[in-house]
Amino acid sequence: MTHRWSILQHVDMPTAEDLFLPAKEPVQLIDGSGSAVDAEGFTRPADDRLLAAYAGLVAARRLNDQANALVRQGRLAVYPSSHGQEACQVAAAQALEPDDWMFPTYRDTAAAVARGVDPAEVLVLLKGDWHSGYDPRMKKVAPQATPLATQLLHAVGVAHAARLKDEPSVVLAMCGDGATSEGDFHEALNFAAVFQAPVVFFVQNNEYAISVPLARQSVAPSLAHKGIGYGVPGQRVDGNDVAALLAVLGRAVEVARAGGGPQLVEAHTYRMQAHTNADDAGRYRHDDEVAAWLDRDPLDRVETFLRASGALTDELATAYAEAAESMAAQVRAALNQDVVPDPGDLFEHVYAARTTQLAEQAALLSDELARQEEVR
Amino acid sequence: MTLDKLTMAQALNQALRDAMTEDSSVLVFGEDVGPLGGVFRITDGLTAEFGTDRCFDTPLAESGIVGMAVGLAMNGMRPVVEMQFDAFAYPAFEQIVSHVAKYRNRTRGRVSLPLVIRVPYAGGIGGVEHHCDSSESYYAHTPGLHVLAPATVADAYGLLREAIASPDPVVFLEPKKLYWTKEEVDLAERVPGIGSAAVVREGTDATLVAYGPAVPPALEAAEIAATEGRSLQVVDVRSIVPFDDTTVCAAVRSTGRAVVVAEAAGFASVSSEIAARVSERCFHDLAAPVRRVTGFDIPYPPPKLEHFHLPSADRILDAVDDLQWGLS
Repeated sequence: MTHRWSILQHVDMPTAEDLFLPAKEPVQLIDGSGSAVDAEGFTRPADDRLLAAYAGLVAARRLNDQANALVRQGRLAVYPSSHGQEACQVAAAQALEPDDWMFPTYRDTAAAVARGVDPAEVLVLLKGDWHSGYDPRMKKVAPQATPLATQLLHAVGVAHAARLKDEPSVVLAMCGDGATSEGDFHEALNFAAVFQAPVVFFVQNNEYAISVPLARQSVAPSLAHKGIGYGVPGQRVDGNDVAALLAVLGRAVEVARAGGGPQLVEAHTYRMQAHTNADDAGRYRHDDEVAAWLDRDPLDRVETFLRASGALTDELATAYAEAAESMAAQVRAALNQDVVPDPGDLFEHVYAARTTQLAEQAALLSDELARQEEVR
Repeated sequence: MTLDKLTMAQALNQALRDAMTEDSSVLVFGEDVGPLGGVFRITDGLTAEFGTDRCFDTPLAESGIVGMAVGLAMNGMRPVVEMQFDAFAYPAFEQIVSHVAKYRNRTRGRVSLPLVIRVPYAGGIGGVEHHCDSSESYYAHTPGLHVLAPATVADAYGLLREAIASPDPVVFLEPKKLYWTKEEVDLAERVPGIGSAAVVREGTDATLVAYGPAVPPALEAAEIAATEGRSLQVVDVRSIVPFDDTTVCAAVRSTGRAVVVAEAAGFASVSSEIAARVSERCFHDLAAPVRRVTGFDIPYPPPKLEHFHLPSADRILDAVDDLQWGLS
């Protein structure tokens, strides 16, 4: 009997490189000057989709600015800004259908908002009223994760459950370049591949993990190459080109939904601001490096393109800016409300039912507060 | 009523089978739990009966197993995962502590995680290193987890069924050395639930408080003591979290003396917690300080030395002898 493998040796089989390796250059559909460029195998989204994306970018930039201002005013404890990464944030949301899931990190506030979660509820985590302020099931957005890469495995579980239930949803699992060094990143890719779970892993490579540059994180040719070890196709995309992001993420979501298994997308972008407001980026990178990325701003690029094509008129631009301004005003109004948290809530969501011990501790705290009240 | 003579391993297997039959969202997965049936055969036959979507092997990565269980539970499933051995669960520690235990709290109760992490645990089977840890204190110290440790065949079945039905995550500690103990049990008979301790031997002179693998030596000590004219009561904690203060303290108050018995190292442990709780709550009823008999504060010993480490009936009786009998 001839073994099947020996037959396959003689036909023109695709190699691992053909199947899994990303293209040599990140996919780009609009270049830094705002001009259309071609990328093999990808089509630039139509102008109406790009207009919607541009509106999202304006809102995301405004949200980042507003959140930074709220930190300065003491209304937010801290804010990890996605300034410079807004194209990734918006494309992540717009590549998904309502029944899909998004697993964001702490830097993906704008992505959660772009998916439709109330910004005031998203910012509860950073305001300090509670850990996660929104209902993850409403928009199918998991709580923002602050541990690195742990949420990627949850994404695999959600996707596998969807497959078992015959539901067509896809899960977008987000992380940064630093998180690709964590064990859970690798376990998640491997589990997703073995179970052929419909997950799109979306790595925003913004060059820094707090202070540590990418070169100290990995010497792989790219982070998208990490998929090959798990049999997961990788793709690289210009992370400041929202057209390319929509095309690449859209394709990945489509393939995963059709049963093609997990996909890995690395977006090459840059964290324009410090890790958070508590960080001093001047200690580990030069201003001229940051300045070089100003020319690649994701908003300018698509705006130039859409104005040149005639799709973006002054009226539309004004309407988008006004919508973003009104969102920012709502965020300000919500964040300026002083919510007095109920200390009783401390014991409320530990278990489905309070244990005897927690009931005792709740009574202790309540008694302590009552006595303080009497002293006043 | 039908009485079956079952081992603890068979009772656990039956609990999984019955839960999977009753509820199609119950999934069993982990390392070697599929066709092999688990290294202790607790999942024997489940893949054959329920198919590879319901009971399946995973890649060999414990954080992956527990992390994936979190996502499955978020999306409508009831995962029951097996950590092959106690010490092999440590790669999953971050998932357990940061996510399994906290998801309900992080989301203000909007997302609960009904999942069970089964851990073949503790020693006494001549296992090589990293196969015999008593890891309950790590889990018990983490708010948001339930931690159960059955010591009888009936409890193994009943508590595992309760754990799978629970809306909260449960770390289910299965004493390896008791897997092969046989009892006649009626599986249809309900056992006390999560959060309940049980007085498993009545006695009037002193109370032994034990759980999991420490219950049999406690019962043996009570048996020997009875022949020497001393009546020892034995309480099986069963549910480490939530802890049944009421039953344990009522028992200790009834005798006025207590020895806490556990296989784990004693320092900063579940046994310290029990001793502290009993001392705080029963101080005026105590005729002697609460004593503890635990494993030594050492890495789990090699097989030929483990019997020196494990709490024995003799060591328990020595502690009982120390309970200031002359003073009252």
